[in-house]
Amino acid sequence: MSASQGSTNTNTEPWGSFDDNNIIQGSGSAVIDMENMDDTSGSSFEDMGEMHQRMKEEEEVTAEAAATEEDNGEYGDFLGMKGLKGQLGRQVADEVWQAGKQQASKAFNLYANIDILRPYFDVEPNQVRNRLIESLIPVRMINFPQKVAGELYGPMMLVFTMVAILLHGMKTSGTVIREGTLMGTAIGTCFGYWLGVSSFIYFLAYLCNAQITMLQMLSLLGYGLFGHCMVLFITYNVHFHSLFYILWLVIGGLSTLRMVAVLISRTVGQTPRLILCGTLAALHMLFLLYLHFAYHKMVEGILDTLEGPNIPPIQRVARDVPVVASAVVNATIKSIAAVVQSQ
Amino acid sequence: MAEVEESSKPLFAGLSDISISEDIPVEGDISMPVGSQNADNDFSTLDEPVKDTILRDLRAVGQKFVHVMYPKKSSALLRDWDLWGPLLLCVTLALMLQGGSVDSEEDGRPQFAEVFVIIWFGSVIITLNSKLLGGTISFFQSLCVLGYCILPLTVAMIVCRIVLLGGSGLVSFVVRLIVVTASFSWSTFASTAFLADSQPPNRKALVVYPVFLFYFVIGWMILTFSPSH
Repeated sequence: MSASQGSTNTNTEPWGSFDDNNIIQGSGSAVIDMENMDDTSGSSFEDMGEMHQRMKEEEEVTAEAAATEEDNGEYGDFLGMKGLKGQLGRQVADEVWQAGKQQASKAFNLYANIDILRPYFDVEPNQVRNRLIESLIPVRMINFPQKVAGELYGPMMLVFTMVAILLHGMKTSGTVIREGTLMGTAIGTCFGYWLGVSSFIYFLAYLCNAQITMLQMLSLLGYGLFGHCMVLFITYNVHFHSLFYILWLVIGGLSTLRMVAVLISRTVGQTPRLILCGTLAALHMLFLLYLHFAYHKMVEGILDTLEGPNIPPIQRVARDVPVVASAVVNATIKSIAAVVQSQ
Repeated sequence: MAEVEESSKPLFAGLSDISISEDIPVEGDISMPVGSQNADNDFSTLDEPVKDTILRDLRAVGQKFVHVMYPKKSSALLRDWDLWGPLLLCVTLALMLQGGSVDSEEDGRPQFAEVFVIIWFGSVIITLNSKLLGGTISFFQSLCVLGYCILPLTVAMIVCRIVLLGGSGLVSFVVRLIVVTASFSWSTFASTAFLADSQPPNRKALVVYPVFLFYFVIGWMILTFSPSH
């Protein structure tokens, strides 16, 4: 900032008057030349970070150049003297360490910058609670694009909760995984569903011209897993199949309807709406069905082989319901037949 | 400290000969090469016997164990963080949860690697979450706190194993359930006492929930552990 700049600095005003060179080069236009700006991304965070990084790099490069110039001067003087060799070695090691540290911190700032995700976690507890409850309430107004919150805290916590519930279900049903671990399967299933189906529906939305971003889709599907978590939590502990079907239709249906209504409100045209919402509804409902039945068959198979024809009364297995239903039907038919014959 | 002053006296002895007039403003950066002067002091801990080093580290770890068992508002756990204690606890827990039998038919038991991965990746995710929510605690401090607060669950695991030696009926299940529930809530309470202070006050619930889930999963793994014999 001092007078060591190349061009002559005619600072007559206290605020630093206009630099004549720049004005002349710009040929008197007030438009900023965007060619020279390095457009890496659209986010302002990264631009600021890039500019800051570049400024720091320039300072460091000039500092290093100055330091190496001084040292090169010293090397010539002290090269013959053994006594100072230790000090030279230490200085060189110091600079190597500094250079390595700078490289590492540059790489770290570029790749592991979690500040990119920081705006998506900016929520309050009551906001999360409200969104959880709203995820089960289908909206009525579909002519106006519905607002979708773009946050990732709620969906991530729901996915982890579902992993925990799934682990519990796999353990109680005695699932045996040969090629892998229980934990890996649970995490893979839940995260795979959340990320994979979100991406697929986002791709379909792009084809069908729906107004929804990837973040909003992730958030929408993540909150839709709240219904799944509730149903699985109840039915992994209480093993009535009819209860599961009712819950599947009611709670699964409500959460699917909410997501479908939001997507319909953001799509134009009958066929795109049908494609998008049909796919999402099918995938969402079928996923819940799969999660329930994938970890129950083991239990049914084992119990069938153990019991045989004598089913003890305190057995909480799906077979009860059809047996009871058919027994009831048989009894009523017999009683009706008896009544008809007696008349 | 006296040694430093003695060694620096010959270096600064010549300063008394220089006089600085008050008209000239003195400014600029003074940076001293760090390596040369403190070289003697930095290497002093290398010369002590190994037993001293190990005992000093063990004493630090033990002091932090005491802080976890009686969670007061002290900052000792945060100030001098270390990861020896969490590593010790994690390895102990994983070894005890493994059971030792190589039975591949009824392999519903968590293996060593699973427990290890759950604890460390769970801690990393909770730390990232608390940092993203605006926490002021550093990455390794948070890992340290979460690792040390597994101590009550390890104690519960030992108690469960002892209880299981006496049989695995309903009474032992109830006893184990009570012990595991008590220790899991103790762990959650202890870690929130350290972690929640670094968060903005209205977001404490957002940070506590993942911690609760984490210790719940570990506690549930301990509760459903059953030896193969």
